[in-house]
Amino acid sequence: MAHVGGAPLSLYWAVARRSFRRYSTYRGATFAGAFTNTVFGFIQAYVLLAVFRRRDTIGGLDVVDAVTFTFVTQGLLAIVAAFGPLELADRITSGDVVSDLYRPLDLQSWWLAQDIGRAGFQLMFRGIPPFAVGAVAFHLRLPAGPSVWAGFAVSLSLALAVGFAWRFAMSLSAFWLLEVRGLVQLMGLVFMFFAGFILPLPFFPPALRDVANVLPFAAVVELPVEVFLSKHRALPDLLGVVAHQAAWLAVLVGTGRVVMVRAWRRVVVQGG
Amino acid sequence: MGLIELDGVERDFVVHRRVGRVRRHRDVVRAVDGVSFTVEAGEMVGYIGPNGAGKSTTIKMLTGILVPTAGSVRVAGLDPQRSRTELAMRIGVVFGQRNQLWWDLPLRDSFELLRHMYRVPADLHRRRLAEFVELLDLGSFLDTPVRQLSLGQKMRGEITAALLHGPSILYLDEPTIGLDVVSKSRAREFLARVNRELGVTVVLTTHDLSDVERLCSRLMVIDHGRVVYDGTVDDLKARHGQYRTLVVDLEGPAEPLVVDGAEVVRVDGPRQWLRFHRDRTTAAQLIAAIASTTAVVDLTIEEPLIEDVIAGVYVGGAPDRT
Amino acid sequence: MVETHGGPTVAEQAVIWRRLVGARIRADWQYRTSFITFMVSQFVAGFLDIVAIVILFSNVDRLAGWSVAEVALLYGTSNLSFALSDVFVSEAEFAAHHIRAGSFDRFLLRPVGPLLLLCGQEFALRRAGKVVQSVLVLAVALTQVPVDWDLPKAAMVVTMVAVGFVIFGGLWVLTSSIAFWAVEAREVANSVTYGGNFVTHYPLEIFSGWLRRLVTVVPLAFVSYQPTLWVLGRRDPHGSPAWFAFAGPLVALATVLVARAVWFSGIRHYRSTGS
Repeated sequence: MAHVGGAPLSLYWAVARRSFRRYSTYRGATFAGAFTNTVFGFIQAYVLLAVFRRRDTIGGLDVVDAVTFTFVTQGLLAIVAAFGPLELADRITSGDVVSDLYRPLDLQSWWLAQDIGRAGFQLMFRGIPPFAVGAVAFHLRLPAGPSVWAGFAVSLSLALAVGFAWRFAMSLSAFWLLEVRGLVQLMGLVFMFFAGFILPLPFFPPALRDVANVLPFAAVVELPVEVFLSKHRALPDLLGVVAHQAAWLAVLVGTGRVVMVRAWRRVVVQGG
Repeated sequence: MGLIELDGVERDFVVHRRVGRVRRHRDVVRAVDGVSFTVEAGEMVGYIGPNGAGKSTTIKMLTGILVPTAGSVRVAGLDPQRSRTELAMRIGVVFGQRNQLWWDLPLRDSFELLRHMYRVPADLHRRRLAEFVELLDLGSFLDTPVRQLSLGQKMRGEITAALLHGPSILYLDEPTIGLDVVSKSRAREFLARVNRELGVTVVLTTHDLSDVERLCSRLMVIDHGRVVYDGTVDDLKARHGQYRTLVVDLEGPAEPLVVDGAEVVRVDGPRQWLRFHRDRTTAAQLIAAIASTTAVVDLTIEEPLIEDVIAGVYVGGAPDRT
Repeated sequence: MVETHGGPTVAEQAVIWRRLVGARIRADWQYRTSFITFMVSQFVAGFLDIVAIVILFSNVDRLAGWSVAEVALLYGTSNLSFALSDVFVSEAEFAAHHIRAGSFDRFLLRPVGPLLLLCGQEFALRRAGKVVQSVLVLAVALTQVPVDWDLPKAAMVVTMVAVGFVIFGGLWVLTSSIAFWAVEAREVANSVTYGGNFVTHYPLEIFSGWLRRLVTVVPLAFVSYQPTLWVLGRRDPHGSPAWFAFAGPLVALATVLVARAVWFSGIRHYRSTGS
C-alpha cells in the first residue's frame, strides 16, 4: 500500500470522496452559481460577437474559438476557484490548524485531496452546465478527436493542481498575517485577469501578454482552454504546454512546502 | 383584561420530507395545537417544555414575528400580527444564544444605538442606564468591546439592552444557558428585581428548571403543542410529585432490600435508593421496617426533583401510575 | 401598509441609519488592514473591468459603431450607479445570511423596518473603492466624448446616475427578497445585479433581440444606455423610441414600487411560514 506523509493513499481517497459529497449538499447554491456563470457567459459571448464583426481572427482565435473560450472559462471559474475556499486560512487564523499539524499525515496532500473532491463536484455541476447551455445557443467548438480530449484531461488536471498549490501557499500567509481574506481577494483579481478569465490572453497587447507569460496563472486557464480549442494538436507542442504547467506546479508546490515547514517551526517555537 | 391573552392558538408548519432521491412529500406539522392562556401584568411565568414542544413558536407569535394559523393573540391590547412595530416598543426580548449587541463596539455604544432605534429621550436614557449600571454592576465593563466580555457580562448587557426602552413585557429564551453558577444566580436575582421593582412582566423559557423554581410563581408546561400544566410550582410538585426517595447506607453491599410499600430503584455498593409513594407509606414506617431487618449506617430523604416531576407530566400527566 | 402607525418618521429613520452606519464604520475600522485591502481590491476589480474594455478596443476601433470614449461614458455612468447602489443598498442581501443563521427574527423585533436596519447595520464602506474608480473613468470619458456639453446634457448625466442608482437599488431589494421564499436560491440574484452591472457596460444594441427585450423590461436599458444615446446624439439601430431617454425617473419609481411590494410580501411570507 502506498503511503503519503505516514498515511495510506486510501485515506486521501476517502477525504476526496467526503469532500465531493459535502459539496453535493449545497444544491441551491450550486444551481445558482451555474446559472450566474451561464448568464455571464451569454453577455460576454455577445460582446465578443460584436468584436468579431470587425475582425476575422484575433491572436489566432476566430469567433467560434472566442465564444467557446468564454463558456469554457465560465465553467472553469468555480473549479479553479481563484477566491477560495479559504478553510485552511480560517483554521490557521482560529488556531485550529495546530490539531491538523499533529495528525499523522501530510497537510498539503490532505488539503489537495479535499480540493480534488471539491473540484470534481464543481466540474460536473458548475463546469459542464454553462458550457452545455452555451452550446445550445451558440456555435461552440469541441476538441478535435480523442487525443485532444486526452490532452485536455491532462492539462485540466494540472491546472487544478496549480490552482490548488497557489491557494495553499496563499492560505499559509495567515500564519504571518492576521487577515488574509482581503489579500486573497486582491490576488484573486490579478489571478483572474492574467489567467484569461476576463478576456482571452491572445487579445492582450504584447506588453501585457509578456507579463501574463511570466506569471503562473495562464497555466490554470489559458493553457487548458487552448488545448481544448485544439490549438496544441502536435504532440511536441502539447508536451510543451504540459511541461510548462508541470514546472509551475513544481515551483508552487515546492514554495508551499517550504512555507509550511517554516510555519510549522514558528508554531512549535511560539507554542501556537 | 390580561396583558397577554392567547385563545385557541394553533400554528402549522409545512415540511418537505424527501421520499427517495428526487420526490418530496409535503407534510403539515402542528407545532402549537390550541394554546389558550392569560398572563396578568406583573406576573413572572416559566414556559417550559421539551425541544420541539412549541415553546419558541409560541414566543414568536407573541412578539409578532410569526403569524398564527388559527386562534387569537393579544399582547398589551395589540394584535402582534398587525401592530408588530408598535408592539416592539413595548416588549424586550433576550435570546440566550443570540446576540443583539454590537460585537466589536463597547456596550455603551450598543445602548446608545438602541436609544435611537427606540427613540428614547436622552435624559430618560441616561437615568435608566445609570439604574441598570448600578443594579447589574455594569460599570467596570461598559467601555469594553462586547467581544471581550465574559458570558455572564454579555448576558447582563443583553438584559439591559432589552430593557432600556422601558418595555412592559420581557421575553427571555434560555437566559442562563452557558453561564457559570455565580453569573446564573446574579442574573436570576436581577430578573427577580426587574419583575418586582420595575413591574415588568416576564415570560421565561428555559431548560434549567432551577431558573423556574427560583423565579417563577407560575409555571406552564407545554408538550406536543399543548399546555399540559398551568399552575404554581408547588402545586405541580404536590400533584405530580408524590414519589420520594429514601437513600440508605448499609454496612456493606447487600441484596436489594425488600420492604412493603417501596421499591429499590438503584444500588451502588452499600447505598440503596428506595422509591416510595407519599400516600401509601411514610418515611418513618419505612425506616422502621428496614431497621428491623438490616443495620443502617446513614439515611437521607430526597424530595422529588422538578425535572422528574415534569418528565412525568410530559409522558401523560400521571407520574404516579405504576 | 398595515405597519406604519407607531413607526419612526423619515427624519428619525435617517438618524437611526446614520447612527448604525457610524457604528459599523467604527467597528470595521478596528480591522483596518482588511478594510483597506478590500477597498483597494474593489478599486482594482473595477479598474480591471475598464482595462478589459480598453484591451478589446486595442483590437477593434469601434464596437457596434461606438468608440472607446463613448463606451467609457456608458461604463462610467452605469458603473457609478451600480457602485453607489452597492455601497448603500446591496446590504439587503444580508437578509439571506440572517435568515439562514436564524438571526433575522431580531430585525422583526425592532420598531424600525428591517430593510433600514440591514442597510445600516451591514453597511460596507469598503465598497466605495468602486465608486472612486467609476468617478475617475467617468471624468476621463466626459472629456473624451465628442459632445458639446451644455446644461441639459450635463443634467442628463447627473440624472442618469441617480436613476441608475435607484434602479440598481430596487434590483438589490427585489433579488434579496428571493431569500424569503428560497434562501438557497438567493445567489441567482447575482446574475441580475452583477450581471446587470456587466450588461450595462456595453451598448445594448450588441445583444440579441431577446436579451435586449429582457433588459428593457428589467429595466437595465434605462440605467444609462437610453439616456447616453441622447447625450451622444445617437439612435438605437433597433429602433427603440426616442422618448425612452427621458423615461428614466418614471421607470426608477416603478422599480422602487415593485421592489417595495415584493420585499413586504417576502416579509409577510416569512412571518407566515416561519422558515
